[in-house]
Order: sequence, then structure tokens, then C-alpha cells
Amino acid sequence: MRIELTDEQQMIRELAREFAQKEVEPIAAQLDREGRFPHETVRRMGELGLMGIAIPEKYGGGGADTVSYVVALEEVARACASHAVIMSVNNSLVADPIHRFGSEEQKERFLVPLASGRGLGCFALTEPQAGSDATNQATLAVRDGDHYALTGRKLFVTNGREATVALVFCQTDRDKGSRGISAFLVEKGTPGFLVPKVEDKLGLRASDTAEFVFEECRVPEANRLGEEGLGFKVAMTALDGGRIGIAAQAVGIARAAYEASLAYARERKSFGVPIGQHQMVQWMLADMATQLDAARLLTWRAAALKDRGEPYGVAAAMAKLYASEMAMKVTTDAIQVHGGYGYIKEYPVERYFRDAKITQIYEGTSQIQKLVIARQLLDLG
Amino acid sequence: MKVLVLVKQVPDTATQVKVGSDPRAIATTGITWIVSPYDEFAVEEALRIREKRGTGEVVAVSGGPERVKEALRSCLAMGADRAVHVLDPALEGADTLTTARVLAAVIQQEAPQLVLTGRQAIDDDTGAVGAQVAELLGWPCLSWIMEEAIAEDGATVRAGRQVEGALELFDLPLPCVLTAQKGLNEPRYPTLKGIMGAKKKEIKELGPGDLGVNVDGPQLELVRLEALPPRPPGRIIPGEPKEAVRELVRVLREEAKAI
Repeated sequence: MRIELTDEQQMIRELAREFAQKEVEPIAAQLDREGRFPHETVRRMGELGLMGIAIPEKYGGGGADTVSYVVALEEVARACASHAVIMSVNNSLVADPIHRFGSEEQKERFLVPLASGRGLGCFALTEPQAGSDATNQATLAVRDGDHYALTGRKLFVTNGREATVALVFCQTDRDKGSRGISAFLVEKGTPGFLVPKVEDKLGLRASDTAEFVFEECRVPEANRLGEEGLGFKVAMTALDGGRIGIAAQAVGIARAAYEASLAYARERKSFGVPIGQHQMVQWMLADMATQLDAARLLTWRAAALKDRGEPYGVAAAMAKLYASEMAMKVTTDAIQVHGGYGYIKEYPVERYFRDAKITQIYEGTSQIQKLVIARQLLDLG
Repeated sequence: MKVLVLVKQVPDTATQVKVGSDPRAIATTGITWIVSPYDEFAVEEALRIREKRGTGEVVAVSGGPERVKEALRSCLAMGADRAVHVLDPALEGADTLTTARVLAAVIQQEAPQLVLTGRQAIDDDTGAVGAQVAELLGWPCLSWIMEEAIAEDGATVRAGRQVEGALELFDLPLPCVLTAQKGLNEPRYPTLKGIMGAKKKEIKELGPGDLGVNVDGPQLELVRLEALPPRPPGRIIPGEPKEAVRELVRVLREEAKAI
């Protein structure tokens, strides 16, 4: 067995690394401080092909694969976790399901702008009473001729304010439960589609997380993604892929924290020697490097399975679970290595720590990942 | 217009260079290889010439072992149309005249209207190959250019290079050789589309025998590389500022002889 990237995958990693180090890393701390959405760099990521990496070229994408996507995402996340989530949501949670479930007409209309970075997508599933319990959807889509009227509220929508189109999940038949959920592509500016609030967050402060309200929002039937009642499958398939992206994001954040700690351990002195010569610090660095590598390998495996067309749901859940827990631990230890300096904003590790936390929560909490894995192990369906 | 770009694959700028077991070369294990940054300016300029004129061909050329193809693929991903690889491991440690003869032979086969390259490669820093190639071909050469504009009829180029406080402008007939200085342009990133398309583009492979170059041995012989002596550690002068400054001035004057 060989664990090796192809020439193209390596070149895509180099491209993402160079772009992230030159254009994103220098502005990351300021964007975090100001809570400002990075329009300019996101636009350039679109031009480079990073907003639709695994989407075929004929639909405006980069024509590469999921492994390329995760190696690029790790590089971007290492520089700025906010850029990484903006990129991940557009790639995994919106472009990918349109490519998989959309009609040719929908791909032309919606996928081409999203994959080429001219538009931006968001994914609206969570509701006030439906988080981990995603089947408990209260947003209604009531058929009215060749339209549906959407009414309800969606929470914690990443890219929510800046997105040009939202993938929205609604109940079209309440009696059928999860089999009564349908997915709709709703354009910004559609009458009755409101964005009343943008959240103030602990981390990922340069990404916008918004609340949506739909008030009798009329959406044409042509915007329904997949058959009526297929929405929950669309959502779960998208999240399976999304989890590989979040795993890659967690690996990128942790790598930034590890690399900062390694550099600090070489230069900072205590008791007359660089702190890297103290065994307590060595142990932390060794643990960080080992766990980081393990998380990356799990992430690459899940991506490779997806590329080969094999089942990848459990592998994606394992990668996301392990990588996000690892990122929280590594960023916590990184502050410890830095001591008091790790707690102040002059050093970047406190930002990595704040950014890491959400990876244990969104696109399925760590607890939900364990549920997904255990159900498969025990054949509980 | 056909523009040929000479590129060299060099160790990444962040490499910690060490002398190898053969003291005439550096240790290459673990090195990341890149296209020499000045050559990237040359590739970018060639692409801009093609884009500005709306037609033309950009051909990237390099010589050396198999791994040189990675550098050529980077040029293809940036947008070069095709590449030529003189596959000859001996070119790795060749002197500049040997390299220039091989490249001049490729240029004669390809017959471009313009040859661009970096002002120097960032490994050996000889800065000789561009001028040597021009000399062997009997073409004019302008080094370290900061700007260029090809006449509409494609017969001449006006190119400028920075001199102390001014820009020196020259008109050269084509074909000619221009070498790129930093500031000529800002090289583009390859796009994903460019990267995925690069494998469909041709890298023509030539052996040393295909070029009919008579090599009468190196004209310049590298004797050995020596590592720089380690820098002496810094010194902290302790004490009250007043005395410390007095001591500092004394040391600078008497020991370092700096003032």
C-alpha cells in the first residue's frame, strides 16, 4: 500500500498553500478581530477553482477530486479557518448536492455560478427545535400551483448573509416525517426571504452565520432539488461529504497550532534552555504531531473512498469525530506550550483555539458522529 | 509569435542547504524543487505577450534529470502551451557554457521569435546562461529587464532595465534574448483548470544525442563547495546603561574595528 498524492493533487496542494500563505494568512488576525467577511480573497479563490474543486469543468468547477479538495482545504484552514468554512460549505454542502441530485437545467442555473465562485452557496437545515434532531423540521413548503410557499425559520446558516443562493430544507408532507422533507434552491432577493440576524460568534469570526425567516416565500417548482420527499436524503448525503471537509478544516487549524508551538519551543527559553529541551514540552509536541497525522490519514481515506465511489459515510464520521476532537486538544496544548503568551492576542494560538471549537459541533456534533458510527457497527440502520 | 522560455528547477528558497557527500554538489535528499522565481517572471511575461497579441505559442524548456518534468508541468499549469525536456542527468552539474550550448540547440530547432529567461537561477546565481545562449546564436540580449513592449509588426521589442535612479530603454530586433528582473510582473497562480489541463499538454523529451551538440568538456570546473563558517554568537554587554554603552563603544572601536 502506498499513501501518496498524485502529481495533480500535489500541484493543487502547492497552489492552495502558496495562495493561503501569501494572500490569506497575513490578513487572518485582522479579519478575526474585525469580524469582516473576506470578499476579495473569496472571489480570488473562486477564480483559482477552489470553490468547486471536485465539480467537473463543464459546470464551472476545477475538475479535480475529493482528495484534492481536502488537501487544499487543509492549507486554507491552516491560514484562516473562516476562509476554510466558507469554501467548505460552498463545495460540499451546496455545489456537491446540486451536482449529484440536480437536473441539467438546475446545474446550468445554480451550479455553474457556485462552482466558478461567481455566486456563493449556503445550507439551511438547522431550526430552533431541529439541530441534531434534524428530522424535526418545522419549516413548511405548501404547494400552490407550480410554486411552493415557504414559511419558517432557519438558524446558524454559514455564509447566510453573503450567499447568493440557499439550499433550504422544508416539510412538504408533515405526516411522512423525514420522508416528507424536500430540498429547495432559494435565491437571495426572493420576496419573503429575510435575513434578520447575523450571529456574534466565539470563533470563525470572518465567516457570517445568519438566521433566515421565510414568510410565504414563493419558490418555483423548478427550484426543488430532487423529488418531493427526497430532501432528507439530500441533506444527509451532503453532510456525509461535508464532514470530510470539516475534518480537513480541523486538521488545518491543528497544524497551524502545532507549527506555531514547534517554532515557539525552539526559540523560547526557560531555565536557561529552549523549552523544546524540556521533556514535558517534547511530550506535548510528539502527541500533537502523532494525532495530527492520524487525523489527516483518516481524512484522506474518507476522501479516497468517496472518489472511488465506495461507501464513505462511516469513514467520514470517524474522520470528522477524530479530527475535531484532536483539533480541540492540539489547540489547547498549543496555548499551554506558549504559556501566558498563548492566552493573549499577540500570538495566533488563541484564535486557533477559538476556531477549533466549532468543528466539534457543526455538520453533526461529536456525539452525532458516534451515533452514526455505532449504528453502522451494530447494523441498526 | 512563438516565445520560448528557459526555466531551471532549483531547490525551494526555504531549503537549508548542506554540502553533499560529493563536495562538488549539495545534498538533495528531502529538498522541495521549484521553478526558479526569476524564470517564473519570464513565463508570466511570455503568457502576457501571447494574451496581448491574441495568438502565439509559449514553450517552456529545461534540461536535467526526470524530476525536471515537475517544473515544466508547473509552467504548463500556469498556461504554457507545451514543453521541451532535455533529459540528461549530466546537465545537473554542467557548467553554464555546456547548458547554454544545449539550450541554444533547442532554440535552433524550435526557431522562436523571442527567448525569455530569468536574470539568474537562484541556486548557483551565475546569471550567465541567458547571455551565453544569445552569444552562441548571434542574437542580441538585454538582461535584467523591468518592462518590454513588442512592436505591432513583431519585428522589434523595446525593453527597459533599471539603472541607478532611471530606466534605460533599448530597441532590439527580434529574435533576441531577454532576461527578467523582479518587478517585470507579478506571476499568476496556476488555476485548478490549468493544473488539470497540464497533463494533456505535450512535454517533448529529447536526449543529448538528439541535439547534435559537440561538447568538448566543461570550460569551468567546480572544485568544491564549502559551508560558511558558523556565525559567532551575539554578545550581551551587562551592567548599567551608562557603563554598558561605554563598553559597547570601546568594543566596537577596539575589537570589531567598526567605528
